[in-house]
Amino acid sequence: MKKIKTPLDKRQIETLKVGEEVLLSGSVYTARDQAHKRLVEAIAKNKKTPIDLRRQIIYYCGPTKTPRGKAIGSCGPTTASRMDDFTPLLLKAGLKGMIGKGSRSAEVERAIKKYRGVYFLAYAGCGALLTKYVKKAEPVAYKDLGPEAIYKLEVKSFPLIVGIDVKGNNVYKQLAKLKSED
Amino acid sequence: MRKILAKTIENIVAELCILANLNLRKDVLATLKAARLKEKNNQAKSLISVIIQNALIAKKEKRAICQDTGMPCVFVEIGQKAYVEGDLKAAITKGVEAGYKKGFLRNSIVHNPLVRQSPRYLPPVIHIDIVKGNKLKLTVLPKGFGCENKAQLKMFKPTAKISEIKNFIVEVVRTAGPDACPPYVVGVGIGGTADYAAFLAKKALLQRVENQKPKTKNQRFANDVLRAVNKLNIGPMGLGGKTTALALNLETYPTHIAGLPVAVNISCHALRSATAVI
Repeated sequence: MKKIKTPLDKRQIETLKVGEEVLLSGSVYTARDQAHKRLVEAIAKNKKTPIDLRRQIIYYCGPTKTPRGKAIGSCGPTTASRMDDFTPLLLKAGLKGMIGKGSRSAEVERAIKKYRGVYFLAYAGCGALLTKYVKKAEPVAYKDLGPEAIYKLEVKSFPLIVGIDVKGNNVYKQLAKLKSED
Repeated sequence: MRKILAKTIENIVAELCILANLNLRKDVLATLKAARLKEKNNQAKSLISVIIQNALIAKKEKRAICQDTGMPCVFVEIGQKAYVEGDLKAAITKGVEAGYKKGFLRNSIVHNPLVRQSPRYLPPVIHIDIVKGNKLKLTVLPKGFGCENKAQLKMFKPTAKISEIKNFIVEVVRTAGPDACPPYVVGVGIGGTADYAAFLAKKALLQRVENQKPKTKNQRFANDVLRAVNKLNIGPMGLGGKTTALALNLETYPTHIAGLPVAVNISCHALRSATAVI
């Protein structure tokens, strides 16, 4: 299986094809609804964001509490479409990758294409299994949000599926097209 | 009258919270395994395997099946010959907090839905019913919100055709699409009032999930709608396949001559609940 590493550079992003399975190593930042709201508010007010988004990957995830001796609690993806309204602005600010589950809006698809990003799917509802691929986790911003804080995760061989590639090809649309051709 | 101590309830609720979140229901696991066998799409088959593997890891390593340990919903059936010495609701609430802390689950509850600060473990949603006998039955259903967000209610005209109701239920699943972690378990509530139908749809998720020959008219209807839902070919993780829903459970109640409330409450594949009888 193809291995990719952070930071996601242009070369790596352009090799990723919709539907393909990849293993990601490096660092990602978690951020969900409330963190997105705050990040976008900061950008709108020309304030510095607590993390530098450029070339980063955001993982839509709010983990459970960390059991003793473990790196992280259960950590599967949350529904990406809730972050759709915030996403184009973050991509414009330099964000390169997003990990989540489920569909994205046409506007997000266009922004991914325009700003040369990529959207990955993680195994949905498999938060226990996914802990195996997270080596380290620490909250780095918005700690008052509890599970919705921004955590920096070190991941190794984290299994992903390319949901929307840099050309704007969308895995769910492809499936719909195949279905209608049947 | 049989006395039941509030402290007993508190301890049992705590254990049920952990059990529900760590051990996938046996019937759900069995249905996933059966679905994997029937699945023809290779990727779908493989994704169901990942889901099953996740459940096994969660049980073995004592971890939450999913990071969304839900909004705890507690269903209580108290026999009318039993009484609780102490505060029942406080005991349940304390039990939820204790269980969620001990199980390293998630604080996913905001006190004010409009202000949304500092999530906590509490409060749970509690449903209390009084039944015959002298026992007390407790069920904890941690309801994940990715799927809860796909719930819908429609107030049909009393003359609505069965096919219209079927189409509505299928449409609710189609709208959920890949977003709420398919394969789903679909809960349907028909009858009562608007709020009661919604409650019935949630309660339907407590029914065993199993492939059995339909015996009643309602079961035949449920099976028929399930078949239609699976024709959507949304599949596991929405990546295609015949396993869009593992089951469709139906609860009904008499309703008013002027109405026909139909509610749908979708559960993701991590349908979690645990029950104890005191």
